[in-house]
Parts: sequence; structure tokens; C-alpha cells
Amino acid sequence: MKNIYLDNAATTPLSEKAFEAMKPYFTDVFGNANSQHAFGREAAKAVADARQTIAECIGAKPSEIYFTSCGTEADNWALKGIASQLKDKGKHIVTSVIEHPAIHTACKQLEKYGWEITYLPVDGQGFVSARDLENALREDTVLVSIMYANNEIGTVQPIGELCEIAHKHGVLFHTDAVQATGAIKYDVKELGVDLLSMSAHKFYGPKGMGALYVRNGLRIEKLLAGGEQERAHRGGTTNTAGAVGMAVALKDAVDHMEENAKYVGGLRDRFVSKVLERIDDIYYNGAKDNSKRLYNNANFSFRYIEGESILFSLDLAGICASSGSACSSGSLEPSRTLLAIGVPIGTAHGSIRFTFGKNNTVEDVDYTVDELVKTVEKLRAMSPLYKKN
Amino acid sequence: MYNEKVMEVFKNPQHMGEVENYNAIGTVGNETCGDIMQITMRIENGIIEDAKFKTFGCAAAVASSSTATGMIIGKSIEDALKLTNKEVITELEGLPPQKIHCSVLAEDAIRAAIDDYQKRVGSK
Repeated sequence: MKNIYLDNAATTPLSEKAFEAMKPYFTDVFGNANSQHAFGREAAKAVADARQTIAECIGAKPSEIYFTSCGTEADNWALKGIASQLKDKGKHIVTSVIEHPAIHTACKQLEKYGWEITYLPVDGQGFVSARDLENALREDTVLVSIMYANNEIGTVQPIGELCEIAHKHGVLFHTDAVQATGAIKYDVKELGVDLLSMSAHKFYGPKGMGALYVRNGLRIEKLLAGGEQERAHRGGTTNTAGAVGMAVALKDAVDHMEENAKYVGGLRDRFVSKVLERIDDIYYNGAKDNSKRLYNNANFSFRYIEGESILFSLDLAGICASSGSACSSGSLEPSRTLLAIGVPIGTAHGSIRFTFGKNNTVEDVDYTVDELVKTVEKLRAMSPLYKKN
Repeated sequence: MYNEKVMEVFKNPQHMGEVENYNAIGTVGNETCGDIMQITMRIENGIIEDAKFKTFGCAAAVASSSTATGMIIGKSIEDALKLTNKEVITELEGLPPQKIHCSVLAEDAIRAAIDDYQKRVGSK
């Protein structure tokens, strides 16, 4: 039985290198990084080194990196921390309609507490328009939060350009770079962002580990009130092993970025061209220009059939992808992102995301294409919507 | 989330397609909700001689329509109308709570097809 993992945007396996580096910090070097004694100091040294490495990878200073428990925490902290810090300036935040639930749901929560949120639309390929952003900014806008790269369709936003617009109006800019980090080379100083979120398990690091970049000099209210950890900005015992693993994984991703992009991007391109060649009545969702799309991402809508049944059929053939439809989670609402780029609601139900990784092979791609062709044929034969010509 | 029985039926659905020269057709659901079920039947002397389904929907929808269709073949119209979604769920050895509506849809499709037949023969 085949076992092909094509859901690398959901999570990636921990790299051997990161795993090995983490091991001592579960057992031998178990000290609390905030303790003053030798055990604590050894852990603190490892955390400091990890912070240094991560900072170097994104062009930041170590004092600008705050460890969190995940990308979602970093996103929540950025939004709620700035909202709370600047509540006397204003209660308006600008974001986009295609943000990850970590941003979208946090915005919904802020609305309940009296903040006003503007959700910018996107075009047919998922891009936020600079003009829309400029028009949305107001006197009382305190923050703009636009994701760097979309988790479903892989569209990469022109973050530098959008950030410049926000700054021109004196508004802070946050980007959720959870999908971008490790896949796209960026420098926070060149981008100009004030805050940026990342998550280790998206780039072959451990789960349960994220980070928030906060530009030096920027004041942000804490999300997790507690002890003096993270320079009194985030309570909670530091996850030493997690920080070490995250740093090793990010360094590895940045060091091998070009070859990963070439290899994984090559697999994705092979997949996309074969699928478009062999299956009719489908839409390739997201950015058409590969330079503005995550190299690991392919997202298709298959007309006349439903996503969950495609997913389960592929699963039975040993292929693990992800449904663009939220049907399997019990909601009847299809993906917010796909609807935002104009995919008709019925068609949006039949959408599947394939995200490739460095552990995939050309054989995986070819086998998946063959199985996908069979699956689509079988489900279409079963569909009352499909009329064969 | 699905049990083995549901996956097995989804993998090898029975009674899939359209009955040739059907004299009853029922279609329920809509594309927006992500589920459409169509059941066609050949009814002779009040007995469902054959029935087939076509479904646009999730694995639970496919399994429910396949199972429900199998359960009414050979039955009288009266007996088929008595089939409830609960019996379909029992036959499938359970469905996740959020997928119960799929079994309701199967029950509805059968009723819609029989309703169509009764209109055709003028008994309704």
C-alpha cells in the first residue's frame, strides 16, 4: 500500500537534523531557561542561540524574536496585543478576506469587543489590491494584517508594497508569514513589517513552536500574562527543545531554499501540467504566475464532484491531500478563500489542495495523477450533475 | 471519522447509475449545500423492480444512497415509504453526527421518486 503525503502545508515531518539537535533538551539539559543556576543557564544559552539563529535567518535582531507556542498564538498576540496597546488611538483594523482562521477568528473576536474590522477583497488569483488597502485606511486604523502567502491557494502578496502604504498613513503592519517562512527568502527590514508570525512545523521543525517578530521600539501588550519569560513579554516556561528544533529547521530551510524550491517546485509543476492535460472541467485556483505562488502549492476545483469524496477516494489509494471544502469539519460552508477568488459555491465544494514537500518523488507525482484521473472518472460517473458528451 | 462499513460501501457502491426506462425519478438536495441525490426506479405492479442512484456529495452521502437504494429493491411502494433514515444509519453501523443529514437525504430521495411515480400513474 502506497503512503504518499501531499499535505505539507498542513504540517511537515520533523527533520532528522532538528530532531537530533532537540533530543538533549528533553532529558539532560532539562533546566528551566529562567532559572539562575547552572541547569537553567545551560538551557538559557540554547534558547539564546536559537533566537540568534532565527533572527539571522529573517534579518532581525535577537531582541526582536519572541517565542510562542504556535503560529496561531503569534497571530493572536500580534492582533490583540496591538489592538489593546493602541485602543486609545483607535479601534479599526484592516485585514483580508482570505486570512487563516488564526487571524480571521481573532478578528471576529475583536469585533465582539468593539473593534471594527475591514476585510479587504482579493482578485481572482487571491491578490489584495494596494488601492483597496489605501482606501480602507482611516484616522482610527491601528493595524493592517495581511498574510504573506495563502495556505490554500499559495498566492504570495506584495507585502513590501502593502506595508509601505500602511506606513505612509502611520499605521502598523503585521504579516502572517506561517506559510512563507522557510519557503520564501525575506528580510524583515527590507519588507518593513512591524510584526511577523511564523510556525516551526511548516518548515520541518517541531509542532508546538512558533515565533512573533516584533520590531524593536514597538510596544505591544502581552497576550499571555505570567512570569518574566521572553523579556517579560510572554509568560510560560520556555520550550527549550522546541526553540532549538525551530532554529535548526529554519537555518536548514534558508540554507537550502533555492534547491528546495527547484526540486519541490519541479514536482508541483509536473503535477499541475499533467492534471490539466488529463482532466477536463477543472479550475487551477490561485496565482497563475509561479513567481507569486508558493512553490509547493497546487489547488484544483473539479467540477460536478464533491471534495470530501475525492479526498477519501485518494486516501483509499494511499494519497493524503486536503480538501478545500470545509464539509468534512461539519460545516456546509465551502472555503472562504475559494469563494473570495470567485469560485462558484458548488464548484468550491469540489476543491482539493495538494502541497508537495522535499520527501516527495517524481513517482509520487505520477502515481497521484493516475489515481486522481481514476477517482475523478469514478465520482463523475456517480454524479447527477455530470452529463457525458 | 467514518467506520469501516461506511468506507467499504463508499469504496464499492452498489446500484450506481440510472435505471433504464425508469418510471420514477427523485432528485433532492442542492449544489450549494454540497449534496445532491438522484434515485431512479422501475416500478411494476406496485413493486420496485429496480432502483439506482447518482450522488454528488461526501462519502457519507454516497454510502447512504447506495445502502438506501439496496434496501428498497424488491419492496412494495408502501414498504419503501416506511424506510427511515435511522434504518439506513443502522445498516451503515453508524454515521458521524454531522453526517446524519446524508441519510435523511436518501430517505427524501426515495420519497421524491415514489411521489414522481404516483404523479405519473395518476394515483396522486
